[in-house]
Amino acid sequence: MSKAIAIPESIHYSNADIAHGEPSISLAVYTLALRELVRFFRQRTRIIGALGQPFIFWILFGAGLQGSFRGPAGISYQEYFFPGVAVMIVMFTAIFSTISIIEDRREGFLQGVLVAPVSRTAIVLGKVFGGTILAVMQAVLFLAIGPLLAFVGLSPPISTGLTWFNFPVVLAYLALVAFALTSLGYLIAWPMDSTHGFHAIMSVFLMPMWLLSGSFFPAPESGWLSWVIRLNPLTYGTAGLRRLVTPNIDAVAGLPSFPLCLAVTVASAVAYISIAIWMTGRQTAHNAR
Amino acid sequence: MSDRIAVSVCNLRHRYGDHEALCGIGFTVSTGEIFGLLGPNGGGKTTLFRLLATLLPVQSGTATLLGKNVATESRSVRQLIGVTFQSPSLDGKLTVAENLLHQAHLYGMSGQTAKSRIDELLDRLGLKDRARDLVQSLSGGLKRRVEVAKSLLHQPCILLLDEPSTGLDPGARHDLWEYLSRLRRDEGTTILVTTHLMEEADRCDRLGILHRGELVAIGKPDELRLSVGGDCLTIQSLDPKSLAEKLANRFQLTPRQIGESIRIEGNAGHELLRDIVTAFPNEITAISLAKPTLEDVFISRTGHRFWENEPV
Repeated sequence: MSKAIAIPESIHYSNADIAHGEPSISLAVYTLALRELVRFFRQRTRIIGALGQPFIFWILFGAGLQGSFRGPAGISYQEYFFPGVAVMIVMFTAIFSTISIIEDRREGFLQGVLVAPVSRTAIVLGKVFGGTILAVMQAVLFLAIGPLLAFVGLSPPISTGLTWFNFPVVLAYLALVAFALTSLGYLIAWPMDSTHGFHAIMSVFLMPMWLLSGSFFPAPESGWLSWVIRLNPLTYGTAGLRRLVTPNIDAVAGLPSFPLCLAVTVASAVAYISIAIWMTGRQTAHNAR
Repeated sequence: MSDRIAVSVCNLRHRYGDHEALCGIGFTVSTGEIFGLLGPNGGGKTTLFRLLATLLPVQSGTATLLGKNVATESRSVRQLIGVTFQSPSLDGKLTVAENLLHQAHLYGMSGQTAKSRIDELLDRLGLKDRARDLVQSLSGGLKRRVEVAKSLLHQPCILLLDEPSTGLDPGARHDLWEYLSRLRRDEGTTILVTTHLMEEADRCDRLGILHRGELVAIGKPDELRLSVGGDCLTIQSLDPKSLAEKLANRFQLTPRQIGESIRIEGNAGHELLRDIVTAFPNEITAISLAKPTLEDVFISRTGHRFWENEPV
């Protein structure tokens, strides 16, 4: 058999698909992100888990730790923990929306996407945007409803710096943090064959990453722990949000400056998404499984 | 049928670690042809399918679809092909129509174009009344139909199907093949299908038989059967072992015992049948005379039974 089989130039393709041309990236990203949203709202348990857990954490930890907590500038634990819970919501949503990559692969759905003539970048962006939208929606809901719990006695009154005025900025910043964390979840989930592996990574890497980001407790002045927190990129995500939603300036005085927070968060988002796109673009035997 | 080449595979090799799944195979498929890749599980069919579907990296050799190289022009190849997977690539949490719309978007169709194309396929595959049902609520046969509809949305020139009959009852299998034949006839779609079912292989225009990563035979099903030659006698007996020995002594034959039955290949089968029945009337529970089957082709080319790796 000859190696090069010449196809006459004059071939007329009877089928119409060639006329479709290159499918657009935006349409592919839109449809993949939309699928994430539709799936989320059809799985009632996911909604309950995603919204219920952070509220329970906030109320219970708040009630349990408020006596012993000495926060910066004397703020209550609930007030301190408030932005931390928002970051937790973002992280859990990122985790659960990217864990679906493993399910998509196992159930065969992913193969169908991979044989479509869409750019691999679109596949990554679709998933990550879907997760980002879900995360931001839930975090905003928490930021809006959380302070109202004081009226039913579940928390002491807390003052949030969230106003109609800075809402767009908070929204944009949450979206940035969510984009970074969903990209991180994506690049962890992509090479995995089972959700068990992902759960292991979640316990030993993602949960500590959140715990050591200044979300749960403030960084000590010195010692190894202070260094771990300083080197954790998520510290800057949390600190940036804290600066935006804490009205008490003294309470955030010890945190990294907002421009630094923004720079680190943008840089980590770019790094995570780049690795995710690179991984997805590689043609490996793993993709065909 | 036309003589234009739809699929051309040349010296294609693929290994997973130490295991060689494809040992340098080559074949061509013309446009408008239904080409079957027949072989037992583990023969290399699925590896070949995945290479052609651009899911696996090409390690050595070349494969082109309508002149587009699978390795270097995968985007163009993806435009040309529709792919039906063995386990349907559907989202169970979406409805049938939503799955199809998602697929349409991935292939660059939207709005009215997508809608009318989806309606057309729902209609053609008899899925219209299930369009709003969640895919997870459908039976295996219906899911497969949705999968086929999905792979045809963008009017691919080449349709690749991996074991399309898996999990289908005979009725649904029959319907699927009727539809594939119609598709080829009406739209000239080239169809490449992997299968381990002889009955399915028989419906293909041409077949390649894959065994342990090698293409051991290629041709039209009838030609392949003729190549084995002669007739096939199959005898059922309560004691096949002793009957086989008696037959061997009496008629100087080499009967093959396969499970509970005895097979004899040779010429002038009708005369042999008469002689055997006359000689051992009480030891035969059933006897049949047939032309060789594709299974016989497989056995004669590989020296192996289709389902097992042990020598016959």
